Amino acid sequence: MTEKSLLSDAVSDRRFLPGRRDLLLAAASIAAMQLPLLRSAQAQLRLDVTQGTIQPVPIALPDFVGGTPADSNVARNVTQIITSNLRRSGLFNPIDPAAYIEKIVNIDAVPKFPDWRAINAQGLVTGRITKQSDGRLKAEFRLWDVFAGNQLAGQQYFTTAENWRRIAHIISDAIYERLTGEKGYFDTRIVFVDETGPKERRVKRLALMDQDGANVRYLTRGDDLVLTPRFSPSTQEITYMSYGQGDPRVYLLNVETGQREIVGNFPGMTFSPRFSPDGQRVVMSLQQGGNSNIFAMDLRSRSTMRLTDTAAIDTAPSFSPDGARICFESDRGGRPQIYVMAASGGGAQRISFGEGSYSTPVWSPRGDYIAYTRQHAGKFGIGVMKPDGSGERILVEGFHNEGPTWAPNGRVIMFFRDSGGKGGPSLYTIDITGRNEQKVPTPSFASDPAWSPLLS
Amino acid sequence: MIAVIRGLRGIQIAAVLAGALTLAACASNPTAQNGGAGMAGAATPGSAQDFVVNVGDRIFFETDSTQLTPQAVATLEKQAQWLQRYNRYTFTIEGHADERGTREYNIALGARRAQAAQDFLISRGIDRSRMRTISYGKERPVAVCDDISCWSQNRRAVTVLNASS
Repeated sequence: MTEKSLLSDAVSDRRFLPGRRDLLLAAASIAAMQLPLLRSAQAQLRLDVTQGTIQPVPIALPDFVGGTPADSNVARNVTQIITSNLRRSGLFNPIDPAAYIEKIVNIDAVPKFPDWRAINAQGLVTGRITKQSDGRLKAEFRLWDVFAGNQLAGQQYFTTAENWRRIAHIISDAIYERLTGEKGYFDTRIVFVDETGPKERRVKRLALMDQDGANVRYLTRGDDLVLTPRFSPSTQEITYMSYGQGDPRVYLLNVETGQREIVGNFPGMTFSPRFSPDGQRVVMSLQQGGNSNIFAMDLRSRSTMRLTDTAAIDTAPSFSPDGARICFESDRGGRPQIYVMAASGGGAQRISFGEGSYSTPVWSPRGDYIAYTRQHAGKFGIGVMKPDGSGERILVEGFHNEGPTWAPNGRVIMFFRDSGGKGGPSLYTIDITGRNEQKVPTPSFASDPAWSPLLS
Repeated sequence: MIAVIRGLRGIQIAAVLAGALTLAACASNPTAQNGGAGMAGAATPGSAQDFVVNVGDRIFFETDSTQLTPQAVATLEKQAQWLQRYNRYTFTIEGHADERGTREYNIALGARRAQAAQDFLISRGIDRSRMRTISYGKERPVAVCDDISCWSQNRRAVTVLNASS
């Protein structure tokens, strides 16, 4: 991967680099400019993402300036990606550039705020991309509160030229975080199952892409049936289920090296894997006769531990973000329902009591909700409930919606939807408020998405 | 099914293809393709196509169920008799689910269905060492449409004779 070769000068920003193993990007704050205006007493521009309904904030994103004329193409493309990210979040309403009055030619000059107020922009993003003599890109941006007339954020980054899309995602995250107080989710990837061919003989391949659908990369060739890929916390590894010779098994795949290995030496089919939050363990189902039980394997010591022991189907385990508990589905009570147990196994408590069946529970990275698939009255919906089972809400329901996965900030859920018949599934996102459903572009049919943590 | 058809020759192709078409058309009666009386004479006794056409290689399940229906028991009885008689065959029991379930659960459900068929055959004296099971969950439907006529065809356990045996 290119990120590893990035240089690491000018590391002074505290928000992008703390505690990261891999130094992905060099970032630095741009000093706030001395403004001719006194800071207004008006409340600062700020979004509350916890509200059920929200008016998208009008924001202006004039094309970033090219540091040299040759840079203006990349600068424009970066602007478009930021604009698209902010629009898709549902929290921002980018204003049509045709309405802009001031043309930004120098991002080091204070914008003419009256020109931006006149078109009702509340936020303004200006930026500049400059190719350095060593070939790297320097990206700078400033976020302005138009009504208060002050700068809310200013950052610069250095990266290799082929990383220009990531720069756009990182700037998008910086804007999102500054205005909402929440971490963003744009500098992330999705691993999913790419599906081609007729339904009776579907060819399934593991694929990796940026969260906006760009940079699709295939990780397997389609010879073996592959299902349910999940990221490790470092995003360098994927665990998934694959058919091949013999029993279907849970595998690990290093996406950097392409190295692949079977997880454990279990006497039967293993499936439905997921990493622990510290990346040290993989939890999965083992088929034993007619029953499926949940096991964990420590990746360093290779020791395995049985976590459930029932004459039932126990599957789809998912850790709480602190690693202390596991939610999973079980039909031990008849129909599939969601249970929570300690990460060491033992007694489990049922938390789903609504109508229908509940499956594929996934714990939010924030810890506050568990997302799931609910099957009820011939429909498949995606919902959330608190880990104690309270506060259940169905976000989307229809013929077939399945397999939720969380954005790293716990505000957005991705899932797949199948319209039935000879067609195939597609990926969608929806906010946990139940608003802002968006289709995610993929080259073919797509299913089993898993959202990575933030890359930087 | 496809693998079986591929290996057939001459007039026997017509017989088995007729069975396949019944499947593709989402027959309302799940037992319709279990042989089909008119085709009985076509296959060589003891051949793989004899098993598919005259015995019936698959059983069907109710929604979200792993219980053997009376028809399933009848088919498995015939399978057991045939497998006793032609004991050179090893075979794989494939368990499948319809698309009206989630991926992970359906993998386990398919495994349970294959296990139910295996348990029955073992109870009728077939040696466990001749068989293995595999679950495909909802990954390999034989009938594709968005209503129950197809789903009922896909909730199945298929006994596939190993070609090399």
